[in-house]
Amino acid sequence: MLNRRKLQATPSGDAGGKPEEKKGGVSRRDFLKWSGAGAAAVAVVPQFRFVSRLLGNGRSEAESANTNGNGKGRLRRWSMIIDLSRCDGCQSQGTPPKCTEACIEGHYASEPMEWIQVYEKEIHGGGTQFIPTPCQQCQNAPCVNVCPVGATFSTPEGVVLIDQERCIGCRICMAACPYDRRFFNWGQAPIPPQAQFVEYHVEHQVPAKKGTVMKCDFCPDMARVGKLPYCAQACPNSAIYYGDLEEDIATNGAEVLKISKFLSDNQAYQQKEDLGTHPRVYYLPGHGEAVGRSPYTHGRKPTRWPWIEKIKGAKTWSR
Amino acid sequence: MEQIDTVVEEPASWSRRLERRVMNPLIKTGQGYWIIVALLALVVAWGVYAYSTQLRDGLIVTGMRDRIQWGIYIISFVFFIGISHAGTLISAILRVAKAGWRTPVTRIAEFITVVALSIGGLMPIIDLGRPDRIHHMFIFGRWQSPILWDLLSITTYLTGSIIYLYLPLIPDLARCRDRLGNEAHPWKRAFYRLASVGWQGTEKQHKYLRIAMGCMMVLIIPVAVSVHTVVSWIFGMTLREPWNSTVFGAYFVAGAIYSGIATIIIIMVILRRVYHLEEYITRQHFINLGYMLGAFVLIMLYFNVLEYVTTGYKLAGEGRFHFQQLMTGPFAPAFWFYILGGMVVPGLIILNPGTRTIPGLIVASIFVDIGMWLERFIIVVTGLRVPLMPYAASWYTPTWVEWSVMAAAFAGFGLIIAVFVKLFPVISIWEVEEHREHQEAVRVAEQSLQRLREEAAVTQPASRTAFTWEGRHESS
Repeated sequence: MLNRRKLQATPSGDAGGKPEEKKGGVSRRDFLKWSGAGAAAVAVVPQFRFVSRLLGNGRSEAESANTNGNGKGRLRRWSMIIDLSRCDGCQSQGTPPKCTEACIEGHYASEPMEWIQVYEKEIHGGGTQFIPTPCQQCQNAPCVNVCPVGATFSTPEGVVLIDQERCIGCRICMAACPYDRRFFNWGQAPIPPQAQFVEYHVEHQVPAKKGTVMKCDFCPDMARVGKLPYCAQACPNSAIYYGDLEEDIATNGAEVLKISKFLSDNQAYQQKEDLGTHPRVYYLPGHGEAVGRSPYTHGRKPTRWPWIEKIKGAKTWSR
Repeated sequence: MEQIDTVVEEPASWSRRLERRVMNPLIKTGQGYWIIVALLALVVAWGVYAYSTQLRDGLIVTGMRDRIQWGIYIISFVFFIGISHAGTLISAILRVAKAGWRTPVTRIAEFITVVALSIGGLMPIIDLGRPDRIHHMFIFGRWQSPILWDLLSITTYLTGSIIYLYLPLIPDLARCRDRLGNEAHPWKRAFYRLASVGWQGTEKQHKYLRIAMGCMMVLIIPVAVSVHTVVSWIFGMTLREPWNSTVFGAYFVAGAIYSGIATIIIIMVILRRVYHLEEYITRQHFINLGYMLGAFVLIMLYFNVLEYVTTGYKLAGEGRFHFQQLMTGPFAPAFWFYILGGMVVPGLIILNPGTRTIPGLIVASIFVDIGMWLERFIIVVTGLRVPLMPYAASWYTPTWVEWSVMAAAFAGFGLIIAVFVKLFPVISIWEVEEHREHQEAVRVAEQSLQRLREEAAVTQPASRTAFTWEGRHESS
C-alpha cells in the first residue's frame, strides 16, 4: 500500500498533476498561492513547509511526477468518460443503478452516501436523461482550494482525495463543491461490522470516520493494478469508461479506445464547464437511446444500502 | 452634537461624584445582580449540556445535513463577530475624529467588542465535526483557505481589541487602586494594583499612553474591516450563485457595524438604568448613536439594492431559484421582516423627531438586531439551499441542541459583561473628566474673549468700525 506522503506532491497538496486544461494567464490557484505568500510574509504562525515550498525548496514538479504510486514510469492521469446514450438508469434491469450499488458494496458506503449518484434530469422536449455523477475530480478543485488543513488534496495523478485522519469537519469543502458530491459523517456511520477490519487508506476510505467528509475516491488503487472502478465494472450497459489521459487510452471492460478521438467524435462535455473547475469526468450526450430507453420513461429504482447488520451506535440520516 | 453637559459646578465635586457613581458597582452588589447572574449561568450550563450530547453523538444531533451543512452555529458566528465591530467604530473612529461626546460610551463599546469576539470565535469550533483536531489548523494550516484568513484576522482583532480596551483602562484602574481602599475585597485591591502597572499619572506616562492609544486606534480600524471581509469570504470564495458577489465584503462590514451600534444602544440603556448613569450618558448620546444607526440604515438599504436588484434583474442560473425563494418563497417572511423591520422601521423611528427618543431607539435597536440575525440566517441557509444538481431543495430545521447552544452564547455574552461591570469602571472616568475640563476651559476662554471684545468696543468704538468694509456700517 502507498502512504499518503508519497501520494501528495506537496504538503499543502495543491500542486496536483499538470492540469492539461490550463492555458497561460494566472489561474485561481496561482492567485491564491501568491496571496498566500503575502499573508505568510506577515503572519507569525509557523508555516515553514509552506514557506519553504514557495521559496523553491520543495520537491520539483519532475520529482513529484515520479511518485505516481509505483515510483517509476509515466505519471498516470486518471479520467472517466460516461456515455449517457447508454445509461438508462438501470430501468432495463429493474434494479437501482448498478454503478451506485457496486460502489456502495465496494466501499462499505453508508446510507445515505451515493458516491456515484444517478440523477434524473429533464431535457428539452419533455423527457429525461440519467446522469451518473461521481466526484468530478476537478483539476482546479474548489474543495481543495478552501480546505484549511489540506485534508482534501489533489494527487499528481489528478485525483482529489480526502484524508479522514486529518479532516477537522468544518465542511467548507461541501459549501465549495458545485456538484454536491461531498458527504459528511454526521454521526457514527451505519456501516457493516466487517468494514471495521479494513485498513484505512486515503485511496480507499474504509471505515468511515465520524465527523469527517467523504466522497468518491476515483479508485486509482484499483486502476493501478489493472482493475476498473466498481462503478465501471458493474454497469450492465458498459456506459462508463475509465482510463489514463497520459496514455490516451480508456476502457469500459468491453472495448479499448483512444480517449482524445472518442471525446472529439462524440461531442463530449463536462458538467458546469463554465465554472472553470476542469473536471476529469467527461460526458457524452444522450438519454439511454443506444440501449433502447425512451426519454419519456421516467424514474428509477431508489438506491439501497444492503447492510443488514450495522456496527454498534450507528445511526442513519438523510441528505 | 456637542451640547451634552452644561451644568456649571465646582469641578472637584463634579468629578468626585462621577467617581463615586462609576466605582460604586465595583464595591456594592445587589441581590438582583446575583439572580441575573444565576439565571445566565443556568442557561450557559444548559448549553454546555446540549453541546456534550453533540460531542457524544456527533453533529447528527443538529438539523444540519449534507445539503444545508451550515446552520445556527455559523449564523451566530457571523452575528457575534458582527456585533464586535461596534466597539471599534464607536471608539476608534470617533476617537480619530476627535468627537468629544464619545467619552462615556467608549468603554462599553470596547468591552462589547472583546466579549462578542470571544463568543463569536467559539462558534466555528462548536460547529466542527472534529473539535479534537483543532490543532490541525496550526500544524497543517494552509494560507490558501479562507478559514485560515479568519483564524488570523480574528485572533489579531481579538488581541488588538484587548490591548485597545486595556490601555484607556490603566488610569481608571490606578484610580480604583488609590480610591477604593478597604471598601474593595483584598483580592480586588491586589488585582487593581497589579493591573494598573504602576500608573501614577505623571506627564511622561500620559504622553506614552497617548502615543499607544493613538497607534492602536489607527491600527484597529483596518483590522476590524479585514475581519468581516474575510468572514464574508467563507461564503464569497465558493462557487455558489447567491454568494457570488464582489460587494459581499463591504456588505458584511456595513451589516456588522449596523448591528453593533444597535447592540451598544441596548447594552448602554441597561447599564445606564441599573447603575444610574443618567447624568453622564445623556439623551443626546443616544440621539447621536441613533444618527449613526440612521446613516447605516441608508448604507444597508443601498447594499441590499445592489445585491438583489442585480440578481433579480438577470435571474442568471441558480439566481432565479434564489430570488424566488427570498421574494415570494418560503423565506419571504424572514426576508421582508429583515428589509422592513430590520431597516425601514428603525430608519423611520430615527427620522421622526417624535420617536427619536430613548424608548424609540431601544425599539429600533431590537428590531435591527433581530433583522440582522435573520439576514445572516437568510445568507447562510438560503445560499446553501439552492439545488446544485437535479434534486429537490432540502430544508433546515434547527434542533433543540442548536437553539440551546445559541441561547448559551447569548447568555454567556451577558454573563461576561456582568462579571466585567464588577471589575472595571463602565465609564472611562479620566476621559470624561478630561473632556469636561476641556469644555470648561473652552467656555472660560470664550467668556473672557467676549468680555475683552465688549471692553474694547466700549473704550475704542472707532477701532471697531475701522475694520469694516469701506465704512459701510457707518453709512447705514
